[in-house]
Amino acid sequence: MMTIREYKRVESLEEAWQLNQKKQNRIIGGMIWLKMETINVGTAIDLSGLGLDTIEETTDGFSIGAMVTLRQLEQHPGLERYTQGAVREALRHIVGVQLRNLATVGGSIYSRFGFSDVLTLFLAMDCSVELYKGGIVPLREYAQRSYDRDIVVRLILKKEPAQYCYQSVRNSQTDIPVLTCAAARLAEGGYRFAIGARPLKAVLFEMPAAPAEQLAEQVQQQVITGSNMRGSAEYRRHLAGVLVRRTVHELENREVQEEK
Amino acid sequence: MQISLMLNGVRITDEVAPDMLLIDLVRAHGCKSVKRGCETSNCGLCTVFMDDKPVLSCSILAARADGHAITTLEGLQEEAAEFGAFIADQGAEQCGFCNPGFIMNALALFREEPYPTPEQVKEYLAGNLCRCSGYEGQLRGIMNFLEWKKQKEAAE
Repeated sequence: MMTIREYKRVESLEEAWQLNQKKQNRIIGGMIWLKMETINVGTAIDLSGLGLDTIEETTDGFSIGAMVTLRQLEQHPGLERYTQGAVREALRHIVGVQLRNLATVGGSIYSRFGFSDVLTLFLAMDCSVELYKGGIVPLREYAQRSYDRDIVVRLILKKEPAQYCYQSVRNSQTDIPVLTCAAARLAEGGYRFAIGARPLKAVLFEMPAAPAEQLAEQVQQQVITGSNMRGSAEYRRHLAGVLVRRTVHELENREVQEEK
Repeated sequence: MQISLMLNGVRITDEVAPDMLLIDLVRAHGCKSVKRGCETSNCGLCTVFMDDKPVLSCSILAARADGHAITTLEGLQEEAAEFGAFIADQGAEQCGFCNPGFIMNALALFREEPYPTPEQVKEYLAGNLCRCSGYEGQLRGIMNFLEWKKQKEAAE
């Protein structure tokens, strides 16, 4: 059970950062996972008054505020267009609309949960995290970092000439995924694959152009997987190959369709 | 701490603990349709509207609702009764415990998408769990309601 001694809707990021330096204080995003912890929070730091709940699109990319909800991401027409539906596919399986109206991008990215569809999705893209004190850090680097007391301000998604595809496997609808795969086919033909829910956090594989079977085999050989109640390490390794193959086929088919 | 919000169209001001959840606040104000179910943000029983968007009241602090408009099933009686009758016609309510959250989310869907397809219905309502019905009766009830609504609108 979570208890909170004080609640503070902060008026600036500096105020939030200062408060967050105390170990017993916590920034609250959507609060979905935090509230299930057994934890005594000193001050719950609420960023919802800082205007970080917007998605801005420019010709170069997207700026996604930390307090943007997963539902906002899912419904954003610019992101839908740019990712060719990958954002929606990654998010639509996460529990239900009501939860996605609460869960935030900042909460998902800061937490870097192994099962995170959000982390898997953005890892396959040219994406960086803006930290209040730490500046702009590539997401692939941030994903490997240990937890600190800095604040995720926004995600910066740079547009690139790429095609995206997202797939996941779940034991039942709305459950946490058994394995996730985000794929990006780059302009020169190479690929990026982010494999998540291994059940460790998502990892990135970058590969030159090759047939789907070969790419699937390479990822399957290299990926490190583990076991939990949702699936064994061996099953996940097999799934990694399956999802890579499927995403490559999907991206290749799209290219064929576009050429017609 | 003191908060002030609109609950079903009525302004309320209350002293709340920093860790009080919205579900406890609305229930304390008589909105007993809002049920505590899974406590893991999965079942949808506690669905309320916050500024017209469906959210899980078990997963949001009452303090966060300060300055917002909260609507529960008690605030949507007419709209809910009209739709709920179609669910009852299919015998799809059974124990009835999930019904308030289910109806709230269905109404949210109709506001976003007035005539959803069965697939859209299934996807939107995926966060509302029912352990009695198997969902088929609810889906039939929804599609019957939409058909009735279409005919009613055409006649007007």
